[in-house]
Amino acid sequence: MKKLEKDRLSAFLQQIGEEMPLFVPVQKEEGAVFTRWSPEVTPQLGAVRTVRSPKDLFFPQCEALYTLKTEQGKLQIAPQKRAEEPFAVFGMRGCDARALQVLDQVFLTEPVDTFYKARRENGVLLTLACRRPDTACFCTVFQNDPADPLGDVCLVEGDTCFFLMAKTEKGQAFLDRFASFLTPCEEPDENACRKEQANIRAIAARLPLRDLSLEGWGPGQTDARFSDPRWDTLSKNCLGCGTCTFVCPVCQCYDLHDYDTGHGVIHYRCWDSCMYEDFTRMSAGNNRPTRMQRYRQRFMHKLVYGPENNNGMYGCVGCGRCVVKCPSSLHIVQVLRKMRKEEEHAKL
Amino acid sequence: MQRIKETLTHWLQSGQVDRVLGWKEGDMPGLREPAFFENAEELKSLCYDAFCGPNLSKFLIAAGEKDGVTAVVLKPCDSYSLNELIRENRVQRDRVKILAVPCEGNIDPRVFENRGVLSVSIEGDQLHLTTLYGEENEPLARCFLERCTVCRGGRHAVYDELLCPEAEETPQKGDRFEAVRELEEKSEEERYAFWQETFSRCIRCNACRNACPACNCRECVFDGAALDSRQKAAAVPFEESLFHIVRAYHVTGRCTDCGECSRVCPSHIPLHLLNRKMILDINTLYGPYQAGDSDKGRSPLTDYTPDDCEPNQGKGA
Amino acid sequence: MPVKESFTPKIVAFCCNWCSYAGADLAGSSRLSYPADVKIIRVPCSCRVNPMFLLRAFQKGADGVILCGCHPGDCHYSTGNYYARRRMTLLFSMLSYLGIEKERTRVEWVSAAEGARFASVMNDFVGTVQKLGPCRRLEDVRCKE
Repeated sequence: MKKLEKDRLSAFLQQIGEEMPLFVPVQKEEGAVFTRWSPEVTPQLGAVRTVRSPKDLFFPQCEALYTLKTEQGKLQIAPQKRAEEPFAVFGMRGCDARALQVLDQVFLTEPVDTFYKARRENGVLLTLACRRPDTACFCTVFQNDPADPLGDVCLVEGDTCFFLMAKTEKGQAFLDRFASFLTPCEEPDENACRKEQANIRAIAARLPLRDLSLEGWGPGQTDARFSDPRWDTLSKNCLGCGTCTFVCPVCQCYDLHDYDTGHGVIHYRCWDSCMYEDFTRMSAGNNRPTRMQRYRQRFMHKLVYGPENNNGMYGCVGCGRCVVKCPSSLHIVQVLRKMRKEEEHAKL
Repeated sequence: MQRIKETLTHWLQSGQVDRVLGWKEGDMPGLREPAFFENAEELKSLCYDAFCGPNLSKFLIAAGEKDGVTAVVLKPCDSYSLNELIRENRVQRDRVKILAVPCEGNIDPRVFENRGVLSVSIEGDQLHLTTLYGEENEPLARCFLERCTVCRGGRHAVYDELLCPEAEETPQKGDRFEAVRELEEKSEEERYAFWQETFSRCIRCNACRNACPACNCRECVFDGAALDSRQKAAAVPFEESLFHIVRAYHVTGRCTDCGECSRVCPSHIPLHLLNRKMILDINTLYGPYQAGDSDKGRSPLTDYTPDDCEPNQGKGA
Repeated sequence: MPVKESFTPKIVAFCCNWCSYAGADLAGSSRLSYPADVKIIRVPCSCRVNPMFLLRAFQKGADGVILCGCHPGDCHYSTGNYYARRRMTLLFSMLSYLGIEKERTRVEWVSAAEGARFASVMNDFVGTVQKLGPCRRLEDVRCKE
């Protein structure tokens, strides 16, 4: 374990930022947003939740895959370059880091998504323990520990310093590279760090959403859940916008398009939302013509099909973004609670 | 509150309506969700307070596909949205029964973000927050949604029963066009920079479109594969501008300025600044017009006079 | 952005079938000259022009867009151009509000008999847009060569 005095944080970030692209949360008009570091930006490390997750840095909302051109009557295909340069993300939260593990299950298994893979290999995650979790947080429900986040290097904020722990080889190499800013930890430091972590866990134990139950969800529940009549009631006031999917750190559905530039074609992909009417529309029409079916799809994917296909990993990490952003307050918590509550009700 | 429930229960039990559309408490403190209630028992969970932000009018389009009459609880600004939908024949007047409730402003849920709020209450001129980290107070005046700081007043445009007739006289607050005028006075470069920065925050979630009662096309041009206009993500700044221009333009003359678009935007884009610019232009060029004021007549863009001003000399030009 | 002297703006002109397109025809048969970079798109009436058409023209590389129709009162369909007039007034105003140069968009009424006017309108508009330089604020970078 190493420590970084708080008054050396900006010098530390400056050094990283000068050596590689560095992304930090910065307070903007709309909230905290992961932004490319520059000497002018002030990192906002207090906000537990950024507007969008740092998923964008690995799986951008829109990216070109290849371009087509005709040159002298011949079709030329120019594939898009993969990321080659190392970069760092500082101040990511444990839930978002866990979300990347879920994305790894999707994109790094055969057939491997080489664009995603290149970014994952080049990105170093410096995650930050959540000193002040929010009421809408429920990451512990999905086996996250807000006091000990996943990532390459995990940071715990103390009163005067940050405690840094390398979690991977990549993380260790990163700490070695910037070792001049760090000091080794003594026994009292380790105790101070443990105390901070204990504090965080104590807060997490008081979060109102900590007791959400996943009972009845997970692999093998397709038949039981799919035809549940309660989807109808639950989805009634869904507006069908894509807010929940686009702020979600796990949602990974995308669409492929060709864009005609007038002198060539750009084949690109962009995030898609199962909430949209034209999601996976084919020439024969749409698979899910009703809003209820689309709404059900989102949660079944996260809570049933997802874990079934990805070694039991749920498609939700409890970051709480959809909980605060849904215009109609219809989010995953509601699904977990409603379907549960009424079950208990039925037993009585 | 009690009277709202009594009236609605009476409507339900006497068979005047088949369902009620209102709000109930959400899963998080200070958030209310739209909800349908089908019987007196369910109605017990109906609530109405300063946290009931969602405009319920748009849900009546879908509710109209069901049989019978839907009762709806409407705040003053929401009633304009519904009246406009009635004018456009998207909602049949005789299929809705409207309970008009007074409104003293809605609390902006942004106030709660990242603060660990466990419960909220309004105490005098303070919003009291009990958080995981202690008790906090916010001056209430700073906690309202933008639309409420420039409230158009307490009048309902359409209703069947008025809960609080004296509240109809509540005067308007502030000048909702002030921010538009400020922006107009800036230089072209400054305006361009402002909007580019603002639009760059857009995540193309379509919440502004889907929450907007005026945005009610059966198939949106941005969803259709035709015309090469389908955009799921804005690949380049042009597409961000395109979406926002077309969205704002398509509701021009029909936008009642209910403020739902700005309320629901996850990136807090001040969409009302675009809508109000169009409203201001209409008012200046074609005479004062309030969409939703009447359920009859033509909107400014489906109307003309032979001596309208020329486009090249319009206000902006 | 320095503007090269050789910059010739790409102009899209939406012309109504009954007046302005005939006006353009007359300009041609009268051997009046106007820049070849004006691309005319014939529409049945000026009110056929959806705001999306203009935006799309800019996206695909136009530096200026002009809409021409019958003089107010002379619409072949009686009132089409009155509606177009209001639509374009508000659209232009919004574009200007967003910081897009207002000189890049224009509406002109040109009758079938006004061949000379058609040519002079186009010459004037092309000149104005030429001074502004390439359209940067409503461009789609992907469409640039």
